[in-house]
Amino acid sequence: MDDLDQLEAQSIFILREAYRKLKPLAMLWSLGKDSNVMVWLARKAFLGRVPFPVMHVDTGKKFPEMYRFRDEYTKKWNLELLLGDCPPVEEIDPTLPPAARSAARKTAGLAAMIDKYKLAGVIAGIRRDEQATRAKERVFSPRGSGHKWDVRNQPPEFWDQYATPHEPGMHVRVHPLLSWREIDIWRYIEREGIPLVDLYFAKDGKRYRSLGDQDITSPVESNASTVAEVIAELETSRTSERSGRAMDHESEDAFERLRVAGYL
Amino acid sequence: MNTIPTPAPQEAATPIVIVGHVDHGKSTLIGRLLYDTDSLPDGRVAQIIESSKKRGLTVEWSFLLDSLQIERDQGVTVDSTRIPFRLGRRQFVIVDAPGHRQFLRNMITGAADAEAAVLVVDANEGAQEQTRRHAMLLRLIGIRHVIVLMNKVDILGYDQQKIEAAERDITALLHQLEIEPTVFVPASAREGDNMAARSDRMPWYKGPTLTEALAAVPAPSSRADLPLRLPVQDVYRFDTKRIVVGRIERGRIRVGDEVVIGTHGARARIATIESWHTAPQVAAVAGQSVAVTLEPDVIPDRGDFLFPADHAPLRAARIQTRLFWLRQEPLRVGESFRLRLATAEHQVTVAAIDSVVRLEDLTEHPAEEVPPEGFAEITLAVSETMLFDPFLPGTADGRGVLVDRNQQIVGGAPLIGVAESVAGRNAIHPTGSAVSLWDRARAKGHHGGVFWMTGLPGAGKSTLARGAESRLFARGIDVSVLDGDTLRAGLCADLGFSEADRRENVRRAAAVASILAESGQVVIVALISPTVADRELARQIVGDGFHEIFIDTPQATCEQRDPKGLYAAARAGKIAGFTGIDAPYEAPASPALRVETAGASRDETADRLATYIGDAVRLDDAARRQQP
Repeated sequence: MDDLDQLEAQSIFILREAYRKLKPLAMLWSLGKDSNVMVWLARKAFLGRVPFPVMHVDTGKKFPEMYRFRDEYTKKWNLELLLGDCPPVEEIDPTLPPAARSAARKTAGLAAMIDKYKLAGVIAGIRRDEQATRAKERVFSPRGSGHKWDVRNQPPEFWDQYATPHEPGMHVRVHPLLSWREIDIWRYIEREGIPLVDLYFAKDGKRYRSLGDQDITSPVESNASTVAEVIAELETSRTSERSGRAMDHESEDAFERLRVAGYL
Repeated sequence: MNTIPTPAPQEAATPIVIVGHVDHGKSTLIGRLLYDTDSLPDGRVAQIIESSKKRGLTVEWSFLLDSLQIERDQGVTVDSTRIPFRLGRRQFVIVDAPGHRQFLRNMITGAADAEAAVLVVDANEGAQEQTRRHAMLLRLIGIRHVIVLMNKVDILGYDQQKIEAAERDITALLHQLEIEPTVFVPASAREGDNMAARSDRMPWYKGPTLTEALAAVPAPSSRADLPLRLPVQDVYRFDTKRIVVGRIERGRIRVGDEVVIGTHGARARIATIESWHTAPQVAAVAGQSVAVTLEPDVIPDRGDFLFPADHAPLRAARIQTRLFWLRQEPLRVGESFRLRLATAEHQVTVAAIDSVVRLEDLTEHPAEEVPPEGFAEITLAVSETMLFDPFLPGTADGRGVLVDRNQQIVGGAPLIGVAESVAGRNAIHPTGSAVSLWDRARAKGHHGGVFWMTGLPGAGKSTLARGAESRLFARGIDVSVLDGDTLRAGLCADLGFSEADRRENVRRAAAVASILAESGQVVIVALISPTVADRELARQIVGDGFHEIFIDTPQATCEQRDPKGLYAAARAGKIAGFTGIDAPYEAPASPALRVETAGASRDETADRLATYIGDAVRLDDAARRQQP
């Protein structure tokens, strides 16, 4: 087994644990590269089908390419798609910096979906290497009532034994991609031939390295127009993946505040 | 179009955990290592030099690590993190697990799957409390490849004799734990001596630098050649096929192999290995998550091991285990848990505490309880016969984990072997309830809990308890009261009023309250319980859901009320050791609720108490909606 086989086997193990232990369960599908890998891994875990719904928390501000991709692959992959919308920005905590405030709409939209479908588990494609607060996450991350993340009091987690919800009103965020790095995701996409929105590939010297809402994501300079070229670029790049995400740069604690409140 | 060659398959990253006593230099070591191996993003080093200069320091490498983490405010790290780095073609992940509070739980979370450890020891100070604790944990989680980094040798003037004397002490300590350090590296993380480059200040040292020692860590050993263990994770029925899924913990399977299934021992052949989007498989090895069909189509359960008939696991209902206990409270004989072993779960009870490790000198001693975050050998009584393999370093077998009623992991329990039943020792086998707290809460519409009222004699505890009881009952809450006189009339009739008897009275009251609360009841206990220690004992026995309520009535008022004439009798010298007269009352410093009865009506105070209790046990709205 090489490193990708090992990552895949571990993620499948985690997905099967979640499916067994958390009911009802749903998977977030943001239409980005990581969540496409995650849906793909679910199809591997459950032999070609995804036995729980995928959820798109729609800010209404995604790129048109992303909406087209969603419609196409919901059909192709035979997914049960749950759509949720987000409250207008005026309803969001005005003390947050602008981009973080905009991103926080998604937290509110997600919370509403979790409540609406009474979810015990939500599978999300975050990775440790994306951002310092994500590095602190557990694979099974319990969220108390109000969906808050108590970063100072996380449960022990070792030997592939995970905490499950034990209180009414709790849910668990499950992170099957936590150990993957950005380059692993791309190498796996290449190996498996996983389709992607083509915004990830360079046009006129720019491409998106990470996809969020149109108004808070910027492309990076790049000439990588194929998966292989992206991998080659990442092997030499020394800038961070989320350098194109505005909210990561607004204030030192913006991202942490979002995450504690339930953002991904 | 695709002109770039695909990179060759890579080995998985090797996780390395960095441990050691506080201030022995873990952060500096990690910072320096990342810098020396060129693992830092652009601009980071310039930032560090800048921040260091501002504070009048030469380069302070630990800033690097702290700036990677969220704890910038207090400069305290709360939880473990993982930092990738590369040495040549080889990938590593440094597991950094600092933090003082709840250190053990965060360290184990990061370190349990590490392949090797770097134990950082200040060469001047030698082994300290956390050095011993961490070394103990390395032994229990089975990390045998230990690199000892003798740090800060610059302070010893790079003196060979002093450094070697420090090494001898550490060697002796690790020897006690059956850990043979792979190598000692005398180093100064701050100065960079023997980190990535050989130090010319220790020409006598012929061993490897730290990076050379890391490069020599063996790759994760293959578990493929051991006898098969495939714990069943789940059974799916897709279309007409029944598919058994799980991860192969060791060994391998091949289509056609015969396997034995779980304790019931049915036999079947692997008929197919199912997969999606891969070439058809006829074999699979340890580490792979597989899906198989069986012939005949027997139905295993989650937790059943599939194993070869000629290499069966052990089978027992009493098991000896090592234990690292993660709770902040002690563990006692008689406590019950779920033991998780791979995907299996068994109800277990602590039947005996065989020995406890004294951390000062790492020796084992008999003891009544395992101290908070302590290490011990214990015997577990299992509610049914279970299959297991004794724990071996580097394998996934025998790695038991104890889980409490709330599904929280409370300890690691590497299984040693079958426990002998010792004659003359009481075997305790309480059975566990199959009804969860959650199920009970949903059925009753509220949680259980223990509301422990303390206060002087005559403070009004029993009166208030009864008042609150009526109000809560009227709201449909299943509530009962345990008060001092009720207990002493029956359950505690054999007890007097000595300090020991009073403590036993508290212990019994707490034990009964705990049983009732576990069955979903709201229990109001009204007991003077005059000492902080007594109430702490009660809190430990009850665990979660314990609320301390202080009925705060001035002694003069109590004495004036004197409903039972006890103050008068005590003043007259007819009762000795009466709380408030000639025995102390220690008021709680921070009770969950303080009720002042002077100047308030009985109804007001009973309303207040009932409201507090009602709010505390209420199911929130989200939970109600989850009712089936």
